[in-house]
Amino acid sequence: MSGSNGPKPVIELADIHKTYGMDGTAVHALRGVSLTVPAGDYVAIMGASGSGKSTMMNIVGCLDVPTSGRYLLDGIEVEHLSDRQLALVRNRKIGFVFQSFNLLPRTTALDNVELPLIYAGVGTTERRRRARAALELVGLGERLNHKPQELSGGQQQRVAVARALVTAPSLILADEPTGNLDSTSSADVMALFDRLHQAGRTIVLITHEHDIAEHAERAIRLMDGQIVSDERNGERGWISEQHRVQHGSV
Amino acid sequence: MRFREVFRFAFAGLKANKLRSALTTLGILIGVGAVILLVAVGKGSGAQVQANIDKLGTNLLEVSRQAGGFGARASRNTGTQSTVSALTLADAQALVDPVNAPDVLDEAPVVTASPTATYQGATHPIAQLVGTYPAYLTATNWQIAEGSSITDDDVSQARKVIVIGQTVATDLFGTADPVGQQVMINSVPYSVEGVLQAKGSSGLQDADDFAIAPLTTVQDSLSGFGSLNQIVVQAKSADATTAAQDEITSILTARHHLAATASPDFRVLNQQSLLATSSSTTHTFTVLLGAVAAISLLVGGIGITNIMLVTVTERTREIGIRKALGAPRAAILGQFLIEAVMLSLIGGALGVAAGLIGTRFTVAGVKPVIVPASIALAFAVSALIGLFFGSFPANRAAKLHPIQALRHE
Repeated sequence: MSGSNGPKPVIELADIHKTYGMDGTAVHALRGVSLTVPAGDYVAIMGASGSGKSTMMNIVGCLDVPTSGRYLLDGIEVEHLSDRQLALVRNRKIGFVFQSFNLLPRTTALDNVELPLIYAGVGTTERRRRARAALELVGLGERLNHKPQELSGGQQQRVAVARALVTAPSLILADEPTGNLDSTSSADVMALFDRLHQAGRTIVLITHEHDIAEHAERAIRLMDGQIVSDERNGERGWISEQHRVQHGSV
Repeated sequence: MRFREVFRFAFAGLKANKLRSALTTLGILIGVGAVILLVAVGKGSGAQVQANIDKLGTNLLEVSRQAGGFGARASRNTGTQSTVSALTLADAQALVDPVNAPDVLDEAPVVTASPTATYQGATHPIAQLVGTYPAYLTATNWQIAEGSSITDDDVSQARKVIVIGQTVATDLFGTADPVGQQVMINSVPYSVEGVLQAKGSSGLQDADDFAIAPLTTVQDSLSGFGSLNQIVVQAKSADATTAAQDEITSILTARHHLAATASPDFRVLNQQSLLATSSSTTHTFTVLLGAVAAISLLVGGIGITNIMLVTVTERTREIGIRKALGAPRAAILGQFLIEAVMLSLIGGALGVAAGLIGTRFTVAGVKPVIVPASIALAFAVSALIGLFFGSFPANRAAKLHPIQALRHE
């Protein structure tokens, strides 16, 4: 990315390789992935199972480090960070939304949303205020003190989205966010992501469902650990990102 | 991230599994309670032995004739002068010597007899009648319950007076007041001057089946003017008994013209050394009891490790979530470590309470004596046990990889 004309990139992956196991039994999950996601972008990463999208999500989410390659998250080089520093980056820069919600059981919605703020060292009053605001934003202002088991799947996922938002991260990373939801709840959650995108958030969705990917501005397809297509959803349908960038810069 | 928050997470973790937490706590409770109670029982039995010896008199030394081949027993009632090793009144008087025996406070020569006492048809064989000086009562820790003691005048004038023990008093007089009454001792009338305070029985002997009369009186009418049975010596203090023992030995060795190499014809019994022996025995006893209790505390600690490992496995997913949200290793470690320490501290505190309640009861005939150090130690050890036995599971939790932890079902 030449840089000066577009917004600052949130994600810059350069020739990322990820190999599991040793020599003979080595599995190459990612084979040279390069990708730039500018701030405010709304990206869907698609691919069949085994295509490497989970590995991609783990690396982008700083839950794992690449075997080789360069990864800049919000300008920070993360491929050599220590365990502790990775935890800090996850806390400050990334908001996760998981397929299975991953809320703490027996813990109220408010306490769940406060959790990342606690690890960020935010004071009690400020934490309460921000968690409450985030829950109100996702339309759960009335359910602050409900525990996960008292909420529907859609509501639980919205709590998870509130938790991802509350630290005002550079990137919201959602892994199959509608995978466990019925169509109505899916629509609710996707509407929420669309709103967040309009508000200027950078969102990366990992999904295998086309209608979910339709919500995104940009769709990246992975196959066998490599990017096979990168298209942007324009007024005239999906066009290749390469094509658009070339034409845009001419 | 603050300590208070981590503490709150740990507390919530314990609350989520109340029964399990309570049972784990019970292991520590029993351990700590046992340490406090058993050490107190050990200490209590030590104190009991000490009290028994105190009753005999702590500054007390008893010089008796070495029971050689013959003479010792035979001379007891007959007063026949034995050719070997007689203890004489002069021997006794020589022991009070500020120059050669600076550690000796006083002495009392003793002759003994076992006469029969009669009062208005009631007969009682006195197990031991001691003819001595008034100093005997102080040296051997006898107190007067009623009436008065024998006096130096009684001794010098050989008055027929007697001070009797509780058993003798009850047997002869029943509930009546014996003071001022006349009793017949082997058909000789004695006036009862006083009654001794009860000492209770020590082992098979009844210490209260006892009477004291002036030395001269007993020699006059019962034992004859021969050898003494015993010389009771009171040292200046409990600490001086060993020095006094040495002084007595050298004085008597010189007086009996014994060669330094010859085996002495007398024996000095030191209550203090008896006390030292018995207190070392009870110390061993206390240490053993404490060790048994410490083992139960250790078992309680292993219980904590066990339950914390189960907890960590059960909550792997929670750990994954926390890590994904940016919890550093230290926060996870702290959370589970605090859970373990809280389990052991709560157990420790309840154990101290249980131990303190337990020591209020008499255990196997022993009144436990609380050792404050054992409380502090047991409590501190329980906290350390939480840290030590909790660190392995907590470390395992902290080291979990977030991806694997999140996938855990």
